[in-house]
Amino acid sequence: MTAALAALLRRELALAWGRGGGPLFACAFYVGLATLLPLAEGPTPQKLAAIATGAAFAALALSSLLSLERLFERDYDDGALDLLTLGPLPLEAVTAIKCLAQWLANGVPLALAAPIVSIALGAEPRLWLISLVASLGGGLGFTFVGGIGAALVLGARRGGLLIAVVVLPLFAPPVIFGAGAVEAFGAGLEWKPALAFLLAYSLAAAGLAPIAMAAACRNALS
Amino acid sequence: MIGGLDVEGLTLARGERQLFEGFGFSLGRGEAAALTGANGAGKTSLLRAVAGLLRPEAGRVQFQDVAGVEIEADLARAQGLHLLGHHDGLKSTRTAGEELRFWTRWLGGDAPSLAKAIDVLQLDLLLALEVRKLSAGQRRRLALARLIAAPRPLWLLDEPMAPLDLERRALFGALMQGHLDGGGMILAAVHDALPIPARDLKVGLA
Repeated sequence: MTAALAALLRRELALAWGRGGGPLFACAFYVGLATLLPLAEGPTPQKLAAIATGAAFAALALSSLLSLERLFERDYDDGALDLLTLGPLPLEAVTAIKCLAQWLANGVPLALAAPIVSIALGAEPRLWLISLVASLGGGLGFTFVGGIGAALVLGARRGGLLIAVVVLPLFAPPVIFGAGAVEAFGAGLEWKPALAFLLAYSLAAAGLAPIAMAAACRNALS
Repeated sequence: MIGGLDVEGLTLARGERQLFEGFGFSLGRGEAAALTGANGAGKTSLLRAVAGLLRPEAGRVQFQDVAGVEIEADLARAQGLHLLGHHDGLKSTRTAGEELRFWTRWLGGDAPSLAKAIDVLQLDLLLALEVRKLSAGQRRRLALARLIAAPRPLWLLDEPMAPLDLERRALFGALMQGHLDGGGMILAAVHDALPIPARDLKVGLA
């Protein structure tokens, strides 16, 4: 069973690395989005700095959406999802591993880019660590909650847009707590509760979303 | 391990359309059955129902172990059956070797059985190629290799021979015969006759 689990994780990492152009495209999109902001807002550094952390976190949420469409779709189209139900692990574990690989291959590179983006927008450099931690934790939640959307739209046309519509409202809590934790830290306020809420949301998503994803996949297959 | 399959009173529908109703048969060790019927009669759906992917409207699919004792369906499926269909689950961007090694691990095969599969299906020269570069017949051989690489007693095959050349059809016929001789079971949806002795099961509304 461990051999099968390791084999699946390796396969999923390889696929996630190449999915939709992989992490490089997601990061390029993220940086591009962040570059548009000063162009829209005007180059006044004070104005930008005031919204830098929040804007960086919202851009992170959008960038996390990019490759979600392909998370289950390719396996569904080519029959691999059928065969994944015939293995030693339940479909719940399969979906959890797929999301974990998606986070490792996409969420982590995005989180590494997050401090750079927010500092480039004018956030104080001393916020880099809290920004990294919040982005890692938030990214985990984005991926697992996004996975529910990806599984729900299986078989639908224009699934990518549908995922965004289904999932963006669910992204509100991690955006609020994630950006909130960074802001609070920057202002010298109590930041731990917001970060704890963020991590609680993400861990709850990682624990519960696989049940929903597996049910949605089974439904799509039948 | 699966030693018998019982299908009783199975009724399947796709959307509003009923495919067949009250379909039943059983399959024991060393037996093969050929599902025949017109296009769209429900052969593929029947295979998917046995594999647990399609929920039947009525009826049940039951598995027994070699002693004839009923085993839990999910467990039987996770350890005891192969499903090979038009959608072969192979990723076109990965190499044949990567895909075969992954599916072997996933379906419970080991290194010696993998080596045997590569040898029997003459895949050694194809392993380094991306799946998209394979011809339809080569791709099917790669999919068939899973049957040998991860030994499981019940084979559910959907048009397994279609893309194969004559020589490989004979080869696969011999593999199927070997599987039956070893106590395996085969349920295959076909249009042409199988090259092995098999019971004929007609699928579709009477």
